[in-house]
Amino acid sequence: MTPTQTTADSPPCDWVSRLRAQGPARQAAVKELHELLLGAARFEIGRRSAQLGHLRGGDQEDLAQQAAGDALMAVLRKLDDFRGESRFTTWAYKFALLEAAVAVRRRAWQGREIPLEEGAWTRLADLGAGAGRGVEDAELFAALREEIEASLGPRQREVLVAVALNDVPIDVLAERLGSTRGALYKNLHDARRKLRRALAARGFQIGDEGEEER
Amino acid sequence: MKRDELLGRVLGPGAPELTCEQCFEQLDRYVELSVAGEPADERIPGMRAHLEGCPACAEDFRSLRDLVAEREG
Repeated sequence: MTPTQTTADSPPCDWVSRLRAQGPARQAAVKELHELLLGAARFEIGRRSAQLGHLRGGDQEDLAQQAAGDALMAVLRKLDDFRGESRFTTWAYKFALLEAAVAVRRRAWQGREIPLEEGAWTRLADLGAGAGRGVEDAELFAALREEIEASLGPRQREVLVAVALNDVPIDVLAERLGSTRGALYKNLHDARRKLRRALAARGFQIGDEGEEER
Repeated sequence: MKRDELLGRVLGPGAPELTCEQCFEQLDRYVELSVAGEPADERIPGMRAHLEGCPACAEDFRSLRDLVAEREG
């Protein structure tokens, strides 16, 4: 049995108590945790290697090591937040996967211009006409374009165009705009809610399932 | 891009959803329930809608689900 299998099967309280211990016991637990996190970071970077085609294997390993190190710090810092609602390893893996995924997305977009051009949403009606079915859809997409222009603020339009239409990763956009994933997603969520309400007020049925304030 | 996909991207899921922070807090539990075949969407309301609306969190979910299935399954 490998050390990874041993630790992954350990009870959650065992992991937490070992990481809270002092001396050699803690050092051993931290080392095992780092190995687990490194394995998770390599897993994530491996499945995203197509986005890193220009990076050599050694550079990908550097990325994995950096992500595992950052994840280890995050896990140790947030140890009190672990409530035992999942295996400790599952809880810890998510930090490594997040760090690795963000690193890959940022590296993939390094040096690339982010399409945030003003007026990009005006192409929505044309895009919608190509994707839609007949006159009603043409009216719906024309109305949508009008509401994006009239109802949304500049930041809401910026995030909507970049994330929803141009596939810019939200972490990358957050880094460029000096914001956070959560804050930008709130902008996107509020923009979508405004658009849904505006379209409903104009009589369009868009399959609302009970949107509510949050 | 097809009509429904385009509308989905622009208008989002249209149902009450978690925030990105709440999604990350609950992700490990949601993944284990999903992998175990438990009713994850009933136990953690708002998660599915958020994953439909947030491409980055949806990627994080798929990665954790696949890693857990591979390592712990």
